[in-house]
Amino acid sequence: MPEEFVLQLKAIGKAFFGTTVLKNVDLSVKPGEIHALVGENGAGKSTLMNILFGMPVIKDTGGFEGQMVFEGKQIKMESPRQAMEMGIGMVHQEFMLLPGFTATENIKLNREITTKNPVSAVFGRDFETLDIKSMRKDAKDAIGKLGLSIEDWVAVAGLPVGYKQFIEIAREIDKKNVKLLVLDEPTAVLTETEAEKLLDAMKKLSKSGITMLFITHRLDEVLAVADNITILRDGEVVARMPRSEAKVERIAEIMVGRSIEKIDLPKRKKEPSDDDIILEIKNLKVNMTGENVKGVDLNVRRGEILGIGGLAGHGKVGIANGVMGLYPSTGEVFKDGKPVKLNNPYDALSAKMSFVSEDRRGTGLLLDDTTELNMTMTAMQIQDKFLKPGPIRSLRLADGDAIRKYADRMIEELDIRCTGPTQPVRRLSGGNQQKVCIARAFALEPELMWVSEPTRGIDVGAKELVLDQLVKFNRDLGMTVVMTSSELAELRKICDRIVLVYEGKIAGVLSPDASDLDFGLMMAGETIKGKEVHNQ
Amino acid sequence: MSKTETGEACAPKPRFNLITAIKDLGVARLIILAFVVLLFVVAYAKGLGIQGLISDSIVRVGMNGVLILSMLPAVVCGVGMNFGLPLGILSGLLGGILTINMNLTGWTGFLTALLISVPIAVIVGLLYHMVLDKVRGEEMMVGTYLAYAAVFGMSIFWMLAPIKNPKLIFAVGGKGLRYTISMTDTFGKVLNNFLAFRIGSITVPTGLILFWLLLCLLVYLFLRSKTGLAMLATGSNPAYAVSSGINVGNMKRIGVVMSTVLGAVGIIVFAQSYGFMQLYTAPQTAAFPAIAAILIGGASLRKASISNVIIGAILFQTLLTVAPPVTQALMEGSEISEIARVMISNGMILYALTRATGGR
Repeated sequence: MPEEFVLQLKAIGKAFFGTTVLKNVDLSVKPGEIHALVGENGAGKSTLMNILFGMPVIKDTGGFEGQMVFEGKQIKMESPRQAMEMGIGMVHQEFMLLPGFTATENIKLNREITTKNPVSAVFGRDFETLDIKSMRKDAKDAIGKLGLSIEDWVAVAGLPVGYKQFIEIAREIDKKNVKLLVLDEPTAVLTETEAEKLLDAMKKLSKSGITMLFITHRLDEVLAVADNITILRDGEVVARMPRSEAKVERIAEIMVGRSIEKIDLPKRKKEPSDDDIILEIKNLKVNMTGENVKGVDLNVRRGEILGIGGLAGHGKVGIANGVMGLYPSTGEVFKDGKPVKLNNPYDALSAKMSFVSEDRRGTGLLLDDTTELNMTMTAMQIQDKFLKPGPIRSLRLADGDAIRKYADRMIEELDIRCTGPTQPVRRLSGGNQQKVCIARAFALEPELMWVSEPTRGIDVGAKELVLDQLVKFNRDLGMTVVMTSSELAELRKICDRIVLVYEGKIAGVLSPDASDLDFGLMMAGETIKGKEVHNQ
Repeated sequence: MSKTETGEACAPKPRFNLITAIKDLGVARLIILAFVVLLFVVAYAKGLGIQGLISDSIVRVGMNGVLILSMLPAVVCGVGMNFGLPLGILSGLLGGILTINMNLTGWTGFLTALLISVPIAVIVGLLYHMVLDKVRGEEMMVGTYLAYAAVFGMSIFWMLAPIKNPKLIFAVGGKGLRYTISMTDTFGKVLNNFLAFRIGSITVPTGLILFWLLLCLLVYLFLRSKTGLAMLATGSNPAYAVSSGINVGNMKRIGVVMSTVLGAVGIIVFAQSYGFMQLYTAPQTAAFPAIAAILIGGASLRKASISNVIIGAILFQTLLTVAPPVTQALMEGSEISEIARVMISNGMILYALTRATGGR
C-alpha cells in the first residue's frame, strides 16, 4: 500500500536568537506530485529547507520544534548526507558544478562506476578504473529523461547558464534512489524559454514518479506545473490549495498579504521626444563575457523610462555596464552633448549618471558593512556629499548625522526591512538589499539612472515597490531611467519604449503596447518594419 | 508610498543585555582575559611583585602599540595582515642609525629619526606595493618572504655601511654595525620619561602611551575621512569600489604605504623604550606578535578597526609580560621563560587565527 504522503512536516517551529522565523508549519507532499512552496523572501522557505536537509546551521542555533515523517517513518535528520541517502535530492540556486569537468563527470561525481584492476586489488576501491562507457550511458539517460539534447562529454564551463541548471538536475535524478527532489528557485537565472524547457522536464519527471518540492517566485510557473500549492508568509502557512483553485492574482495577494493593484502611470506635462536627447550612444562595443555588445547606437530621450530587453546572452546587460565604465568598451557616449569617457566609472558617475548593477552582491553592495554606508559611499566619493567641511577635500571627515538622516529617510521611503541603519546588508533579504542598491544610486541625485535586472530574485511585494519607486523617480523628479530586464512583463508595465537586443546589436524599438508576437519575433532577431517607435 | 507599513518597517531592536555585550566582545577575548586574570592571581600567590608586572605591562603595551597599529591600514585596504612589516622596521632602523650617527640626543634625536625614516618608509612602501600589486590574493605570503629577503639583504648593509661612529660599530675590528646599539646616551626613553609619573611603585610612561593613542586617533580619523572610507570599500569589496568611481590601485597603495610608515615609526618608539636598537636578524619575525595582537583584539584578515588594535595590544602584551615570570615561578630552577614566551606568542597567533571571525 503506498503511503498517503511521501513527506510530512508537522508543526515545525524555529527561532533564531529569539526571533521566530517559522511557526507551526505543516507541509504534506503526496507521492509523484509537484508541490509548490511559495512565499516572499524572508517568509521562511530557506529555513524550512535547511531543516529538511538537516543542515548544521539549524542544530548550531538550537534545533527546531516539530516532527518530520518521510515515507511513513518518523525521522530525525542529522545531516545533508543522511537526507541524500534517504533519497531526498536538492537542486541548488547557485550551481554546484565543477566547471572544468564534463557533464558526465559532474553527474557521476563521487558515484563513479568502476571496474577492478590489479592496482585496486592492492590499494583498494579508490584505485579502480572508471567505467566511462557505463557512466556516459547513465548520464545520457538522465539527460534524456529531461528531454534535452546536450552532448554529455563537453566541459560544463562553456555551457550556457540554462544547461548548467539541467545538468544539476540530471545529477540528482541519476541517483537511483531519489524519491523527493527539492528545486530551490531553479528558474531564477534562466531566460523565459529556458525556464519553459525546465518546466517541461519537471512535468516529465513527475510522470516518472519523482516527487518534487518546487520553490519559486514566479507564480505563472507555479500555475503551469504545480499540483498543489502551499503559501508561506512570515513563517506561517497562510494557505494551501490545489492548482485548480489557484489564480496568480490570488496567490500573489495571499503571499504578500496586501493586494497588488495595477499601476496607472501618471501622465507627464511634456512627453519625452527625440527633440531632447539626454544620452547619445554611438557604436558601443562592450567586452563582457556572455553579454558582449557588438556595436550599439542608441539615443535616450530626456525624461523617459527606456527598457532594454532581449534574451540572456545577447548583450542587453552589457550596455549599461559598458556605459558606466565597468567593462572594457569602445565607442562614443555623449551625455547632454558632452563626451563621457568610457572605461572610467568616475567620469560616468560624474556625468550625473548612476547605476544599479544586476550583480547585486558582487558589485552592488559592501556585504559586511552597514546599510547606511552602503547607501552613501558612492555619492560621498563622487560628489563630496555626506562630508563635513574641511580644508583638504580628500581628508574631509564623514558626516555621521547626514549619513544617518539619508539612511533613515530611505529606509522609510523604500520600506527597507532592517533592524536599523547600522545593520550589515548581508543580513538583509534579497529585496531589501536591492532597495539599498537603489538608495545608493539615488544618493547621487542622478539625471539618468541605469537599472539592471532590478527585480531578479526578489519577491512579488518588493518587485512592486521597486518598480513603483522607479516610476516615482521618473515622474516626480524627472529622472530619466534606463531599465534592463529579462522580464518583458515588467518592462512593458512601466517603460515608454522598449529596445530589444539581439546578438549584441539592437534589433528594434517597440512600444510597450506592441503585441506579444512582435516582441517574440524581435527577440528572435527579426526586424519588423513599421512597428518601430523610432520616428514617433 | 501608500503601501508602506511604517509600523513594520523596522523589526524591533534587540534588547541590550549582558549576553549581547559578551557576544560583542567575543568568546576568544573573554577566554584570554580570564587567562590574564588567572596569571595575575598565580603571580600574587607566588609572591611576585604585582605592581612591577603592571608597570612592565603598561610599558610593553605602549612600546608595541604602534607596530600593532601598523597592521590596520593593510587589513582595511584589502591586502590582509602586513607580513611585510619588517620592511617598515628596516626603514625605521635606518633612520635611527643615521640619527645616532649624527650624535643627536633627546627630543631632537627622536624627531630627527622620525623625519629621516618616514620618507624612506614611503619609498619602501611604494616599492612594496608595486610587488604586492603583481601578486593579488597572495599578498601575505609574498610579504613574508619579501621581508625575509630584505632582512638578510640589510644584514649585509649593516656589515658594510660606511659608518665610523664608535657608538655604532663593533669595538673590535672597527668595521660593521653592532648587533645591539645602546640608546641610553642618545634618545632612549624620551617618550617614556615625558610627563611620566608614579602611583605607588607603578610608573606610568605618559609620553609613550599618549604618542600611541595620538597615532590611533589620527588613524581613526583618517578611516572616517573620504579617502579612508574609499580604502575601506576597496578592502571590503573591490568591485563595489570600482563601481563607485574609486581608484582601487591607489587606495591599496595608500594602505600599504601607511602600514610601512607606521612600521618605521613603530620600531623607533619600540627602540627608544627598550633602550636598544637591534639590527641584523632581529626584525625578521617582528610581524608575528603584532599580527597576533590585532587578531586577539578581534580583527579578521579582511576587517579590522581601531578598537581591535587597542584591545589586542592590551590583552596580548599584558599576557606576554606576565606569562614568562609566572611560568618561571611555577617551574623553579629551569630556564623556561624564553621558551614560554615564544610558545605563548605563537600559540596565541594560532588560537586567534582559528577564532578570527568571532566578535568585533
